[in-house]
Amino acid sequence: MNTAAIPAPRHALIASFARNRLAFFALVLLASIVVAAVCAPVISLQNPYDLAQLDILDAKLPPGSHSADGKTYLLGTDEQGRDMLSAILYGLRISLGVGLVSTVLALALGMSIGLAAGYTGGWVDALLMRIVDLQLSFPAILIALVLLALLGQGVDKIVIALITVQWAYYARTVRGNALVEKRKEYVDAAVCLAYSRWRIVYRHILPNCLPPLIVVATVQVAHAIALEATLSFLGLGMPITSPSLGLLISNGYTHLLSGRYWMSSFPGLALLLTIMAINLVGDHLRDVLNPRL
Amino acid sequence: MIFYILRRLGQSVLVLLVMSALVFAGVYAIGNPVDILINPQADQAEIARTTAALGLDKPLPLQYWTFLHKALTGELGRSFASNVPAIDLILQRMPATVELALTAMVMAIVLGIPLGLWAGLRPESVSAKAIMAGSILGFSLPTFWVGLMLIMVFSVWLGWLPPTGRGHTVNVLGIEFSFLTLDGLRHLFMPALNLALFKLALLIRLTRAGTREAMVQDYVRFARAKGVSERRIVRIHVLKNILIPIVTVLGLEFGSLIAFAVVTETIFAWPGMGKLLIDSINVLDRPVIVAYLLVIVAMFVLINLIVDVLYTALDPRVRIHGARA
Repeated sequence: MNTAAIPAPRHALIASFARNRLAFFALVLLASIVVAAVCAPVISLQNPYDLAQLDILDAKLPPGSHSADGKTYLLGTDEQGRDMLSAILYGLRISLGVGLVSTVLALALGMSIGLAAGYTGGWVDALLMRIVDLQLSFPAILIALVLLALLGQGVDKIVIALITVQWAYYARTVRGNALVEKRKEYVDAAVCLAYSRWRIVYRHILPNCLPPLIVVATVQVAHAIALEATLSFLGLGMPITSPSLGLLISNGYTHLLSGRYWMSSFPGLALLLTIMAINLVGDHLRDVLNPRL
Repeated sequence: MIFYILRRLGQSVLVLLVMSALVFAGVYAIGNPVDILINPQADQAEIARTTAALGLDKPLPLQYWTFLHKALTGELGRSFASNVPAIDLILQRMPATVELALTAMVMAIVLGIPLGLWAGLRPESVSAKAIMAGSILGFSLPTFWVGLMLIMVFSVWLGWLPPTGRGHTVNVLGIEFSFLTLDGLRHLFMPALNLALFKLALLIRLTRAGTREAMVQDYVRFARAKGVSERRIVRIHVLKNILIPIVTVLGLEFGSLIAFAVVTETIFAWPGMGKLLIDSINVLDRPVIVAYLLVIVAMFVLINLIVDVLYTALDPRVRIHGARA
């Protein structure tokens, strides 16, 4: 049975975004968020972590306030007089970066394991898939919590935790596709040509397994970002030196009960928009690339 | 059937054993609780005495063996911080978590299935599109942030609901319950809603997909040809068929509700197992962490077992391997 979708030509994919207004809007939103995050040092009012640029007299100002020297804090300031908009832009960099890096690494790891399991078969396959099953039967947040409790804090630690909770999804997806692909004639042809296993797996089988992987990976970036934010909020994620959106929300939490809503609601809104844009784009990709997933 | 259940039980015990070893090795490989518990000015002799009293001077495999032996007799060590048996701490907090998770589950079911059915029956209508947009929002909203916003709106701005705690509880058969008093319900509503949102979005999607799939099946067309009313088709024929996957997913998701309660409980200061876990991680109270993990693993294994058995009972099409062996 042929379950793998034929990869849509690139222009057809672009055209499909033009047809679907919601997906197009999400794509534009996502692109703007990424550009804003990358250009944060250029477009933001101040470097929120350069203490020389902060004015303690501007602390806890509501959105739209003006500073003594005429700057406008569009989204207010936190308890150290830091412009929230700048902090959010810098936070986005960290959140997106951690989400992307962990997803790419998890993808590479899960893909290799999945390909190995699917192509080799036998007890290797059985063993690897048992591990995948075992891990997927526990919620990601629980595994991440335990890992971080063991490893401690740090950017590298949270990336490790995010990779650990993600790789199994890719391994399972790729393995299923590799099982289907390896029975196809082009693989037989490649075997007849005496190509190495390495070449057959990575040059012939892998490209045919990619569409569903891309879909899973898109959605997983959103998951990774949300999970990182949650863990940072719980105080187990990013260290204070790398203030991601989750950490900003957590810092603002203490001021929430005294009515200073802007410190945690705006970073949350940025987080929500990012995750939603990724999810909508992922949804659309799934419809186009692999309707059956 | 009995053979099948026995075999599943055997697998469950194996998983439990593997997980206990992993948990123990992981948790006991980090930090030194003696540093936290003892006065920094303590001399070497006192440190050694405390280490010995906690059994931390023995080799790891021996510690694990002692731990496993004790675990089987229901003793998972004493909390370093409060010197109370860890398992008692967990069990004491468990009803609050289960109450929260169950309430969230009921909320998700009561809202999610009708909304999903509606969206599945009229997929092109504006209301269905609004429901689906809402479900995407539900998937995208970070749970902890929704919790904060709920507190902001309902507690800080409107002042309708209390932001934290469990409120007045009633003791029934030695267990404290919140949902039996008005005050308790007021405290329960926000955390449960917060916890339910993600599952609600999931249920809407599942029900909608199931409904759309079922409505084009032959049995629906046949029922229509027979003159069965649309109401009856949906209630009896469609609902029965889509409930099978839903029950399975719900069963499995209940475990994740209990895990996610860690976040919700921390925000709303709900005195459940999850908050206990975070507090224990912060002070490296290893016996409590281990006990929590083992209790959670046991719950998961049990839930998976029940779901598997229920699934075969619900769906007569499922054949069990080894049933006739």
